[in-house]
Amino acid sequence: MKTTLPLLHCARPAALAMAALLTFRVSCASAQSQDSAVVKKDHHHHLHYAELANAPEKARARPNPLANDPDAIAAGKKLFEQHCAECHGSAAEGGKKAPSLQAEEVQRATPGTLFWILTNGVVRRGMPVWSKLPEPQRWQLVSFIKSLGHSSPNETAKKSP
Amino acid sequence: MSFSTIGGVSWVFLLSVFLFVVPAVQGQESPYIVTYDHYLEEPGSLEVEYFSTFGTQGRGNDFHAYWVEFEYGATAWWTTEFYLDGQTTFHDSTLFTGFRWENRFRPLKHEHFINPVIYVEYEQISEADKIMKEVEGHDVESDHGDPNATLRQNHNHELEFKLLLSRTFKGWNVAVNPLATKNLSPRNPWEFGYAIGASRPLALKASPNRCNFCRENFIAGVEIYGGLGDTQSFGLHDTSHYLAPAVAWNLPSGWTFRLSPGFGLNDNSHRLLLRWGVSREFSGFGEMVSLLFGRRP
Repeated sequence: MKTTLPLLHCARPAALAMAALLTFRVSCASAQSQDSAVVKKDHHHHLHYAELANAPEKARARPNPLANDPDAIAAGKKLFEQHCAECHGSAAEGGKKAPSLQAEEVQRATPGTLFWILTNGVVRRGMPVWSKLPEPQRWQLVSFIKSLGHSSPNETAKKSP
Repeated sequence: MSFSTIGGVSWVFLLSVFLFVVPAVQGQESPYIVTYDHYLEEPGSLEVEYFSTFGTQGRGNDFHAYWVEFEYGATAWWTTEFYLDGQTTFHDSTLFTGFRWENRFRPLKHEHFINPVIYVEYEQISEADKIMKEVEGHDVESDHGDPNATLRQNHNHELEFKLLLSRTFKGWNVAVNPLATKNLSPRNPWEFGYAIGASRPLALKASPNRCNFCRENFIAGVEIYGGLGDTQSFGLHDTSHYLAPAVAWNLPSGWTFRLSPGFGLNDNSHRLLLRWGVSREFSGFGEMVSLLFGRRP
């Protein structure tokens, strides 16, 4: 018994230290996993919009020929509801299958870039080509998308798949 | 568990959910019935289609052939379709004539000057099949002249390959589809054929209001298709060819109607092939199925 008592006395601070270390490691791990989740989400968010950067210079520079057409936004809204809202959400806020079009990346993109994306799709990431819509209809869609304005990045990241 | 229930949910209920809950979206369907352009089904969407072909028969009875088609967008670069075929020959009988399983693959990521799509189909049909979804080899009118009881005796297992080349420019779509078919029984040669189509919407700009009769909802076009012989006798000798104006009406409710009177261009062709079809596109079908089978929303 004499030998065990001092051991118990020694064991208590050691156990406390171990527990503290464990707690520290767990909290570190959880902070790390939260960090990596944020990084992953951020990475995912940027992946969705990465294709915008692939638009050729010539395509980016194309102006929207219907920019001054008073009916273009309304017609684009109708086309959006018919062809795009299923994936991008009824207010283009993003859904499970496709990202928000209110995001800064989309709203900052030139009309020509959006037209290029609509024409070519992002086939490997699930967005079909929309060149089957005649050019004026694709420009009407661009007019509508540009009329949405952008939401804050946090809001967009929350809504993006 | 009875056949009509799965996990306590009846098929009638599932069908009701499918018809009334799965949203329909407006397609931008081309008017082609034989020719394919390079556009695939949207990923996760299911298009259910019914088509009829009324054909005149020079020596024999006229017929009404029909097929049901289930077209599913597996990914943005792969569409798969399943067909069930049948026909009624007047003053004769009505038959189920077989099935087809078709796959289309888009190899390129972006749009190009000409856009290729690879088409592979397996079909198991009897010689009584008269839907004439493609005309190939030495297919001629007299092939359909015998009574159904005779024609149904022979079954064909075929592999069909097409190269779908298509381009859309200034609203016009032009599509060219060369095809090669191999009957899987060893003695049969490869057969060849073609289909060419051109189409354009009646209006290129969309109107701002939702409407059924807006000009942009109508797409008009023309198809020409026929056989090109086989490996033993390639060319136009003993082949049939058709010219078919076509129109599609895409409704905002998701329904599409097609009409196409086809006219035989030589003595080996049916004088008239009157085709019409109705289809509806259901978006989010893949999502609904995966939810039914236990995937978390």
